[in-house]
Amino acid sequence: MNAPLTIAVPRGALMAGTLDLLDAIGVDTAEVRSNDRKLLFDDAGIVTMRPSDVPTYVEAGAADLGITGKDVLREQSEREVVELVDLGFGPCKMIFATEAGDPDPAREALRRLGVMRIATKYPKIATRHFARTGRMAEIVEVHGSVELAPLTGLVEGIVDLTATGTTLRENGLVIREELFDASARLIANPVSYRLKSAAIDRLLERVRAAGHPA
Amino acid sequence: MMHPIPSGTRDVLPEEMRELRAITGAIQEVFDAAGYGELYTPALEHESVLRRGDPDAAKPAYRLFDENGSVLVLRSDMTIPIARVVATRYEDAEPPLRFAYLAHAYRSVRPQRGEAREQLQAGIELIGAPGAEGTAEALTVLCRSLDAAGLTSYRIGLGDAALYPRLLTEARVPGPAQRRILHELVTRDFVGLARELEGCGGDEELLRIPQLRGGIEILDRAGAAADGLRALHALLEPGVAGRMIFDLGLIRDLGYYTGAIFEVYDDALGVPLGGGGRYDDLLGRFGRSLPAVGWAVEVERLHVALAGRRGPRS
Repeated sequence: MNAPLTIAVPRGALMAGTLDLLDAIGVDTAEVRSNDRKLLFDDAGIVTMRPSDVPTYVEAGAADLGITGKDVLREQSEREVVELVDLGFGPCKMIFATEAGDPDPAREALRRLGVMRIATKYPKIATRHFARTGRMAEIVEVHGSVELAPLTGLVEGIVDLTATGTTLRENGLVIREELFDASARLIANPVSYRLKSAAIDRLLERVRAAGHPA
Repeated sequence: MMHPIPSGTRDVLPEEMRELRAITGAIQEVFDAAGYGELYTPALEHESVLRRGDPDAAKPAYRLFDENGSVLVLRSDMTIPIARVVATRYEDAEPPLRFAYLAHAYRSVRPQRGEAREQLQAGIELIGAPGAEGTAEALTVLCRSLDAAGLTSYRIGLGDAALYPRLLTEARVPGPAQRRILHELVTRDFVGLARELEGCGGDEELLRIPQLRGGIEILDRAGAAADGLRALHALLEPGVAGRMIFDLGLIRDLGYYTGAIFEVYDDALGVPLGGGGRYDDLLGRFGRSLPAVGWAVEVERLHVALAGRRGPRS
């Protein structure tokens, strides 16, 4: 089948790496780069959106392929999408951090109260992590600047994604645990994966040839 | 005035109902012509009975207590209830047995996905027809049903639930690692699959094979493990064979499949319209050991596909 593929491209931190990759495999991204407001680029088969919306569009088949972080895929693990390739760019770590100092305030809360409060943009990942490691945690979902939450006394710790750790350090937080490594992944709709297998496999070959691990 | 109904349920008004009836009528004519007798089972079953067929009881979403305190469930598929009927009402009947149904199944929904709690399914069960012959008949009736409903561009993804586990066993991958590897495949995570294979020394071919989709030629890569699919393909008439996309990584999430498995795709929909497969061990759990194959198509998804648009999940 020669039906053109629609690709969901994440805005934000992964966008530059994604557009570089698309250029390297022969998808023209000039229009996307030059127009910051437009969302739908029919000629190139590109739609742009928040990284956390990429699995939604791909699962429903509104896009055949998408690029988003492993952090998003872990948080939305119930999405029925095919995870094809680790693209390698956008490396990050999912971490558990608390305010610097001894004793660790989260550990202290557990000792005294039996439960710690944790702020995160990733409530499912955080819930699973503390359930698996046998600690009671009350998860507080926030949508931005997670580092603020322990500094204001809202919570004792955070679960968040960090690339360099700079923001954590500047806010007096230290990493207590690393949960997993995340990077950009190429995902596919399960029906497109079968009906457009030839086009998707050709694109995968070009991705591998462009130097990304398979 | 707004009087809500539960999310994932809907009212169907006469205009749409007429369209649905046209679809189901056409499919039921195919069932009749192929000798499949329509069967109805209660929507409510004893959970303990469904568990005989599947430890998860085919994942029922709705449990309730009857007036005696027994746990009842709303059936989540028709396959296990029909296996129960065969073992109790057709104990001595000479196989093969052919049953068709048009019935509702009840599922849980994930929030905000537009998924249906109540799904109208049209399907068949062919019981006592073993191996490739039985599967070929079931696939033929499936294609005739979709043709009769008016669907033109559909394809059927065809795999074998036993194929990849067999390759892992041949490669001497130990049991616990096999389970982890299969988990990655069931969750469609090829990055995780690569990681797990690397961890147990699995070779590149074990990573490539479950990613193969295409024509009959891809079966060469899997050697003798694909003999079942080759035999099946040889029995399919050209019009049916032409619909098949072989998929060596296809795995369905219900635990009772033992051999060939298949899913129906149409490019108007981002989700499969239905699917099925062989379940040669299921009837034995109810006391009448017979090989079987069956499939179900979701009528409302079929309706959306016929309308030719990418619609909401249903």
